Amino acid sequence: MGRNEPLSSDMLKGTLDMMILRTLSTGDAHGHTIAKVIERTSEDVLEVEQGSLYPALHRLEDRGWLSSYWGASENNRKAKYYRLTAAGRRRLTLEASRWRQMARAIALVMGEHASDHVTGEGAE
Amino acid sequence: MSWLPMNWRRILQRRRSDRDLAREIAAHLNEERAENIARGISPEEALRRARIKFGTARRVHEDLWQQNSVAPFENLARDLRYTLRTLARTPGFTLTAILVMALGIGATTALFTVVRSVLLNPLPYPQSSRLVSLYESETVSHSPSPWMPVAAGVFQEWQRATQNTAQMALVSPWQGYNVSATGGQLPESITAAWVSWNLFRVLGIQPALGRDFLASDDQLSAAATAILSNSFWKRRFAADPAIVGKTIYLDAKPHTVIGVMPSSFDYPWAKDQLWTPAGHDAPADLMSAYGDHNFYVTARLARGATLAGLVNQIDTVQRRVKLAHPEPPVHNHAVGRSLLDSTVEDFKTPLYALLAATICVLLIACLNVANLLVARSAARQRDLAIRAALGGTRWRLIREHLTESLVLSIAGGALGLLFAWAALAWLQHSKIDIARAQEIHLDWWALAVVIVISGIAGLAAGLIPSLGLHAGQLLESLQSSSRSHSGGRSRAQLRKALLTAEVSLTVVLLLGAGLLLKSYQQLRTRDLGSAADNILTMQFALPDAHYSEPTQKVAFFAQLLARVRALPGVAAAGISSALPGEGWGGDILIDIPEHPPLPKGQGIDLMHRGADPGYFAALQIPLIRGRYFRNDERLDHGKVAIISESTAKQYFPGEDPIGRHLGGSDVGPKYYEIIGVVGDTRWKITQPMRPTVYLPLFEGHYGGVGLAVRGNPGVDVESLALPIQKIFGQLDPDLPVANVLTMQQNIGVDTLQDQFNSILVLAFAIIALVLAAVGLYGVLSYLVTQRTGELGIRIALGAQRPQIMRLTLADGLAPVLLGLILGLAGGAAVVRLLREMLYGMSPFDWNVFTTVVVVLALTAACACLIPAWRASQLDPAQALRNE
Repeated sequence: MGRNEPLSSDMLKGTLDMMILRTLSTGDAHGHTIAKVIERTSEDVLEVEQGSLYPALHRLEDRGWLSSYWGASENNRKAKYYRLTAAGRRRLTLEASRWRQMARAIALVMGEHASDHVTGEGAE
Repeated sequence: MSWLPMNWRRILQRRRSDRDLAREIAAHLNEERAENIARGISPEEALRRARIKFGTARRVHEDLWQQNSVAPFENLARDLRYTLRTLARTPGFTLTAILVMALGIGATTALFTVVRSVLLNPLPYPQSSRLVSLYESETVSHSPSPWMPVAAGVFQEWQRATQNTAQMALVSPWQGYNVSATGGQLPESITAAWVSWNLFRVLGIQPALGRDFLASDDQLSAAATAILSNSFWKRRFAADPAIVGKTIYLDAKPHTVIGVMPSSFDYPWAKDQLWTPAGHDAPADLMSAYGDHNFYVTARLARGATLAGLVNQIDTVQRRVKLAHPEPPVHNHAVGRSLLDSTVEDFKTPLYALLAATICVLLIACLNVANLLVARSAARQRDLAIRAALGGTRWRLIREHLTESLVLSIAGGALGLLFAWAALAWLQHSKIDIARAQEIHLDWWALAVVIVISGIAGLAAGLIPSLGLHAGQLLESLQSSSRSHSGGRSRAQLRKALLTAEVSLTVVLLLGAGLLLKSYQQLRTRDLGSAADNILTMQFALPDAHYSEPTQKVAFFAQLLARVRALPGVAAAGISSALPGEGWGGDILIDIPEHPPLPKGQGIDLMHRGADPGYFAALQIPLIRGRYFRNDERLDHGKVAIISESTAKQYFPGEDPIGRHLGGSDVGPKYYEIIGVVGDTRWKITQPMRPTVYLPLFEGHYGGVGLAVRGNPGVDVESLALPIQKIFGQLDPDLPVANVLTMQQNIGVDTLQDQFNSILVLAFAIIALVLAAVGLYGVLSYLVTQRTGELGIRIALGAQRPQIMRLTLADGLAPVLLGLILGLAGGAAVVRLLREMLYGMSPFDWNVFTTVVVVLALTAACACLIPAWRASQLDPAQALRNE
């Protein structure tokens, strides 16, 4: 299955929230879709342990960045959908810009060409 | 920052959102499984893979549960549950600890409430901090107190000189009236006060009904007026709203009621039933006298004025007065103190002493509970060690101790509050004569005190055992609990230290209790100087309105005595202006013409009583020299006097007083010839004897007197009360009789306060002793258990049982000895403060000190003997197998 070394949960935890917000910025989705999207767009590097998604989703909802509703999935099964709220959108902007700064700073320290890596993230 | 309100909903609905999550997870797995099946994987394998990919659903649930909880509350709830379970498992321990705490907290709260209500709270008058009491004084005093009453003439001088500094009012509290029989009611003798018209204004209190006195009421020419106390109005006049303007007869003189005071008002004394203006009701010569001290002065300081400044002013005036009137009775000095101090001064030392005693009890209770907790934690040591080894943090373990002791102390506090409430209810119910007793009640302050004390006690009791919880000892305790030879040494040390503290506090309490009890017992067995058993006493006052002539008074007395003496069961009867033990009764300044004149301005101060010829025999006051009064020594033929033994010793040293004379301006122009010397009597049981002079009652100068009747042996003297009162009714139907009490009851009233104090402190001391004994027993039992193995080996190796017993006893008695020494040292410092409460004995009473040592040693020995004996009876085989 070509598994990558699973990322340590600590590293993931800070960024997982941001990635969820980012994923939902393109439209409402349920948990399974979100996990799939993160996996796929990261070219399977970030293989989320799918369970850990849910505490994060609930946390984000508590903070008012997401709202949720029960709806039908693409296969017409019942699923809980999450939607980005206005506050969530603002939060995403904030976190994305922080992330960019951080990634750039790390890249500089690691002595790589900042542009190579940061463009991948910042292109959207 | 915002976690609390956001999470709130979730915390409260955790169960529901948990179900929601389960459905969500199920949906997720379904989705993944469907995808896997679409890839051509078998259904079972598809589900398995979906599950693997998802991870542990249980963990997701738990993560979310934790995320939705507030950790400190969660932990607290868990600790509480755990604590309650542990406590419930040992109900004996729990109940003991709670009771011990409740005793300490309850007693302290009750005493604190009393101290606060009586000593600390401001008096119930507006701006009461500006109210002061002023007194005359002598630079060389022969009075029992430096705070002496003031003469009305002096008061007027003071008032003139201090108009800008203070408003001053007069009050003469020890007055009384006969209220005539009207409207079908019996005549009644009441206590009352003469006041200057402005007294209520100075205090800042207005009558609840009617009007206050005016300056125009306060003079001889005015119509007679009176203001009633609320209780008198309710009791005697059935709270008649139309009482104002009605006439009542006081000492057979008509007085118009002009007002009724509010129910809370009880100045100067709680038993006062009404107030009359001094300028009208007091004799005119009294109101201008400089040497007749019948009043207290109450003053309200003007804004910006100080007590010291005011006292300075009146002291200057007083010196000037003394210069202008050098007669002996005029005082040369003036003093003052706050009204609050003057009201509660007598209660300060006893109340603070009792408070200190209760705090001792509280400390002992805390130490005991701490001790119990140490014992428990020792028993659970292995359990704790294992938990610590498994990663329980030190804080986690301490927190458990704390929760436990706090639960105990809070439960104790709640129960203690109940105790305090009961104690205060009892205090108000019993007739303890404490100033402001009606103001004592539990309030929010008491509740706050309970909470604070419970908190502190809980923390202290919980933290002390935690001192033994060193992380470094973990291994040791794991080892020591497997081989219990030297185990728990530090813990044992801790318990011994606690015990030492407990014992020393107990010793201090025992010393205080012993001293107070001995003083009280001495007081009770004190010789009054006269017969005191089977004697009935009562008081009455012949009003001047009906008995203005001395002949009328003498006729009444003589008739009364004749009839009472004729009653069956009466052995003897006598009348005196003041019976032994009944109070001050008046003093006079005299001189002895046969002696060289005294320096100007000085006199001999003697207690002064009028007595009928049969009085001394009736009260069995021994005749030492000369003779008693004769029946014909009456009216103008009554210039004879009898002196007490101490008068003879003090003022006629080495000479025969019989035939000498005495007299002075207080008793008229003529001198009295001394005809007899009688034994000393006490004017008050708690006070030392004072030299006394008796003058003939039958001179006819005395109106208010006491009748004493001695019953025949075998006759219950109280059964004579009714027949005697009937005689009064026959002689004068409008004459009330007051204070019908036996002599013993009379004395009892005076010693009630001391009885109360000594019994209370004794109770505290006994509680302390029991707690200390229990603590001692517990510690030693623990030590023996700890050393079971060691002792077993010793016995197995041939140690004699008495030897083992001695060994164990020494172990237990060492902290007792240390505590005893510390307690005696501390007690020696503390009992000094009790001096004021002890009658005629030194606080360093050897008997008391030795008794305390013996009692404590015996109790300690008893407490230690049982575990020591048990140790000596150990079966070595059994002991070693126990390992």
